[in-house]
Order: sequence, then C-alpha cells, then structure tokens
Amino acid sequence: MIISVASGKGGTGKTTVSTSLALSLEGEVQLIDCDVEEPNSYIFIKSENLKEISGTVLVPEIDKKRCTYCGVCQQVCEYNALVVLKDNVIVLPELCHNCGGCALLCPQGAISEVDREIGIIKTGKYKNVELIYGVLNIGEAQAVPLIKKVKKYINRKKDVIIDAPPGTAHPVIETVRDSDYTILVTEPTPFGLNDLKLAVGVMRDLDKKFGVVINKADLGDREVYRYCNEEGIEILMEIPFDREIAEGYSKGLPLIEQNPAYIKQFRDMYKTIKKLVYPSSERMVK
Amino acid sequence: MKIIVTSEGKDLESNVDQRFGRARYFILIDTDSMEYSVIENEGAQQSSGAGVRASQIVINSGAKYVLTGNCGPTSFDVLKSGGVEVIVGVSGKVREAVEKFKRGELKPGKGPNVSSHHGL
Ligand code: SF4
Ligand code: SF4
Repeated sequence: MIISVASGKGGTGKTTVSTSLALSLEGEVQLIDCDVEEPNSYIFIKSENLKEISGTVLVPEIDKKRCTYCGVCQQVCEYNALVVLKDNVIVLPELCHNCGGCALLCPQGAISEVDREIGIIKTGKYKNVELIYGVLNIGEAQAVPLIKKVKKYINRKKDVIIDAPPGTAHPVIETVRDSDYTILVTEPTPFGLNDLKLAVGVMRDLDKKFGVVINKADLGDREVYRYCNEEGIEILMEIPFDREIAEGYSKGLPLIEQNPAYIKQFRDMYKTIKKLVYPSSERMVK
Repeated sequence: MKIIVTSEGKDLESNVDQRFGRARYFILIDTDSMEYSVIENEGAQQSSGAGVRASQIVINSGAKYVLTGNCGPTSFDVLKSGGVEVIVGVSGKVREAVEKFKRGELKPGKGPNVSSHHGL
C-alpha cells in the first residue's frame, strides 16, 4: 500500500507524521521524501552511509557540424526550449521537458541527447525504514522530473510512505498520483482550514482517497472539525500541542521516539487506512 | 534599419505593450521609410517559454532592435545571442517610441529589467 502524507502548506507537521508512521509500522517500510526542494525526513530517519546517485534528465545537444540551422527542432519543441539562430542553436535546458521530440525529428540527425544532472537521489536505512529522497540542485526550476526519478525506487511489495511536497501545485499532483491513500496534515486555524480546503480540492479532482490528521489539535478553533464533519472527511488522528514534542522535533527526534505512546496510535491509523483502501478484502479475511 | 516595437494594437497609434513575451503584437518598422508590418504573437498565451518564442520571432524578422516595456533575463540573453539589442522601459504610443528612438533618445539596457517570471 502506498500512503502519501501531504499538506496545503509547509510547516504543519507533515514530516512528523510521515516519519513516525514509517517508524511505527512492523516490518520493512519505504519512506520516500518527494519534497525535493526541501527534504527533511533524513533529519529524523538518521541513516548512516547514505548512498548518492545522480538524478539526471536527457536534454538535446546539437552537433554543429551537421546542423543546417533549418529551424525544424525549434518548431517541434512545444516548450520553446530551442532557439535557432543563423549559425547557432541555443538550448534552454531549464525549459526542456525531455520529450526527445527534437532529436527524433531533426532532418540532419544533428541532435543527440545527453545527461544533465538536476539533483541527487540519496538512499539509506534506519531501523525498519528504507529512506529514499531527492535533493534538487540549487537554481533548478522543475521539481517534477526529479520527483519522478525518486518515485522509481518505489517497491510495491513493501509498505510505502511518501512525504509529499507542500502546496497544491504540479509537484504534489505528481507525487500523490499513484498513492492508494493520502493523509492531509493540517492545523485547526483559519489559515490551516484555507490550505486544507485547497488540498481537498486537489484530492477530489484526482479522485483520491484521503483523510485528515490534525496537528496542534488543542490550539486554534473548531472550524477544521466542523468542515471535516460537513464534508464527510475522515479525521484519522489528532496530535495535541506538546512542548516536549516541539523540542524533540527541533532536535531531530521523531515523535514516536520522543513519546512511544504514539506508536499504537500510528499503527491504529494505519489499520484504519488499510480498511478504507481495501474494504472488500477486509471482509473476506473476517 | 528595421526595429520591432511590442504593441497592444495593430498600428502605430497603439500603445507599446509592456510585456515582451506576452505582447499582443510585434510591429516591425523600417525606421527610414516608417513602413511597417504587424506580426501577431501566437505564443502570447503559452504557459512556458513565451519569451523565448517571442525572441525567436524577433530574431527571424531581421530586426536589429526591440523596443518594449519589460524583458526578462532569458529573453534578453536569447535576443542578444541573436544579434538583437533590447531597449526596455519604453511606453506611450508606438509612433512616439519610434521617433524617440530615431532621435537617439532611447538606449539599449545593459540587462533585463524584470525577473524571469514575467517573460518566461
Ligand atoms: S532541426 Fe537539426 S538541423 Fe535543423 S536547426 Fe535543429 S538541430 Fe539544426
Ligand atoms: S527534448 Fe522536447 S522539450 Fe526538450 S528541447 Fe527537445 S523538443 Fe523541446
């Protein structure tokens, strides 16, 4: 089962939930951090001996000896990543979507595809958790190609927890696309509610199963609860504000190591999600 | 000499379009005869790379200068590579802009004057 942990904005406790859920489960778990612009799971999943692999995409390279500057490649490129001048072809790699169309259609065969590094993928292990995360190179504009690379490591035979990028834009959609279930983490404040509504909109557009975890549940107001009730959205778990949790977090201590009483809660949440994802098989087992 | 002015409309009495990549029209003008032709910017609605496509149009037109309001760094670099000088901060009517240019009152900028989000 693949469970994504997402939130309408950053800083709501998404990483607290994803790392503690992964560490709570029995058996081997993959934790995939797709927040490639600001990965932070590794702070809590303290893997030593991280392996690093270059995350690359293919971009065109022009062989000037063959190029006749005919302009075909520029017309083919839907993303305006090529400019043909009188005696040069400019490639704008940050606009290139790596479709390969130009190389295919160049009448002179002057275009080859070469690797361009856009980030690093790191893998490691801590307790029962296999951690995989991507780090986008500084100045790189597109997160999605690296997210796709990171997601290639998903092993469907294991339980997979994905830490999604914050927000509601394309990187999130790419991340949760093939999840079985998505946990939306929010705080019970007007801002939290606003961001939650946006995230719920995305889930419904994608026709995805989802539920909500309320962090700092005792601070703020009741509006998030009212909203979830009205919309029939499952509230999976509440995490009250706790100074010790906050201090533990700032020291890189996972919630369940700070307070092991939460292990059961996370396991229960996992069981609830499993029933929601596989309702029929559950009945068969009984 | 041929120059291009980004324009909101199809004649010299139109206002200079402040956006380069998403300009409605490019007016290609011969500064000697004041004869002009209008190029519609088909890339204006594109979500990515509008500035690059616009740059390609300008380069292909044979213009030596482009007069516009704002131009981002990528377009600026592409235009330079294509041998086109960029003059930013131009506003008012297209005809006035061309007259000013002919009097030497407009000078090419040293760099882009907006961040990439505008033009790209
Ligand atoms: S299509 Fe090929 S030959 Fe034509 S300009 Fe592009 S690279 Fe050069
Ligand atoms: S690979 Fe595709 S997106 Fe990239 S430059 Fe070629 S045609 Fe454009």
